[in-house]
Amino acid sequence: MSPLSPVAAIGRSTLHLLAMIGRVTRYLGETLSHIVRPPLYWREFLAQLMFIGYLSLPVVGLTLVFTGGALALQIYAGGARFNAEAVVPQIVAIGMVRELGPVLTGLMVAGRVSAAIAAEIGTMKVTEQIDALTTLSTNPMKYLTVPRVLAATLAVPALAAVGNVIGVMGGYLVAVTRLGFNPTTYIKNTVDFLEASDIVSSLVKAAAFGFIVALMGCYHGMQSGRGAQGVGRATTNAVVSASVLILAANFVLTGVFFTE
Amino acid sequence: MIELRDVHKAFGANKVLQGVTLSVDKGTSMVIIGGSGTGKSVALKCILGLVRPDSGQILLDGEDVTKSARGAKRDAFLARFGMLFQGGALFDSLSVWQNVAFRLLRGSLKRPKEEAREIAVEKLRRVGLKPDVADLFPAELSGGMQKRVGLARAIAAEPEIIFFDEPTTGLDPIMAGVINELIREIVVEMGATAITITHDMSSVRAIADDVAMLHGGVIHWTGPVGEMDDGDDPYLQQFITGSAEGPIEAVR
Repeated sequence: MSPLSPVAAIGRSTLHLLAMIGRVTRYLGETLSHIVRPPLYWREFLAQLMFIGYLSLPVVGLTLVFTGGALALQIYAGGARFNAEAVVPQIVAIGMVRELGPVLTGLMVAGRVSAAIAAEIGTMKVTEQIDALTTLSTNPMKYLTVPRVLAATLAVPALAAVGNVIGVMGGYLVAVTRLGFNPTTYIKNTVDFLEASDIVSSLVKAAAFGFIVALMGCYHGMQSGRGAQGVGRATTNAVVSASVLILAANFVLTGVFFTE
Repeated sequence: MIELRDVHKAFGANKVLQGVTLSVDKGTSMVIIGGSGTGKSVALKCILGLVRPDSGQILLDGEDVTKSARGAKRDAFLARFGMLFQGGALFDSLSVWQNVAFRLLRGSLKRPKEEAREIAVEKLRRVGLKPDVADLFPAELSGGMQKRVGLARAIAAEPEIIFFDEPTTGLDPIMAGVINELIREIVVEMGATAITITHDMSSVRAIADDVAMLHGGVIHWTGPVGEMDDGDDPYLQQFITGSAEGPIEAVR
């Protein structure tokens, strides 16, 4: 082993990373250019809207109802240390709507949807269905990527909106049944405390996360290697990269929305 | 007429095509033979623009098609082709008739749904499938039936050029014979130009007007199928006889 090989290894992985960033960026540009140019395949778009939005509702709802409940318990216990138990509704609302609602929705959808997209497109690539699409005069970017990316960008905010409500409900149920809060006051406090900007930021974040989920699913699916192993790796890469990008984007967007 | 002139293509260090020169006359059936991994599929994909050659020219009716055309021009180009893929490459999320009529349901050839379905059923009948297959999904079909559906899809829009990628691979000898015959009939009846790639000698004899032998990234021999058995190329002879002894190394 040459003394320089660690340096070579660092160089190699740096080049690798840069090349990948380049490929993703180019894919992003290509996707955007196809989104703005007709035609849009409506049937595929609606099917994806159904799959990404409606069918993700149970998993998102369950995730957020439990999170909301746990959040209420924690804030109550933490608040008790300095006699601030009464802030439970406000903090649950703000924590849920600004952060946990969109982020957890994004992450659950990343697990469910980007994996499914990558596996489907990866299998299509491996079995030459992508080539077949091209020979049938249908652009795979338009037929596969655009409907998924558009559907996810629209469906995930809707999911997050419902998820926010369910999460706040989770906190409400725990606070009212276990912590002795008055139901009417709890809801009034929640509604009074939330501002329009909280909700707008929540939905904008969710839209960005939806875009990331579908883009990563499609990108890794299209890049899939051969065989079952190639598809498996594409699926893993899609979920991991979508999750990490969601958390990174969340940090950036929170900075944009909430730093004075 | 399709012409390949000195086409090169490498994937990394793997030089797949190293100067392929070949011409296929309009309305004739060319069969390209060669072992697995010799670049037969890559050559077809280069013509279709699915793979871009590193150098060389590909001419369709005298016009270079390697320059990537976009939009309507690319559509018009692709509309001239039909292709039967090795594994069928049917879309599993769509029913059989929607697969066959895929091109007729969207894009420039779009027509009403009922009409597209009628054409699909007609094409299915042409390849020997009953109308009740139309509403099944590809996963519910046997390998032979999938090939037939793939064939029906390839001919659905009446292309002038049809490519067949290993049409008999994975089929039993009788089904292979049936598919070969079907391909021959369809190509003759449509007057289409056909390029088939295969390593199945029974396909060659059933389908070909002309034969080309691809090995080591170049065409070793090309000529009418009738002269194939008397061809003096040792590579060709070894391939025809399926002998383990000869210039082609068995370990690839």
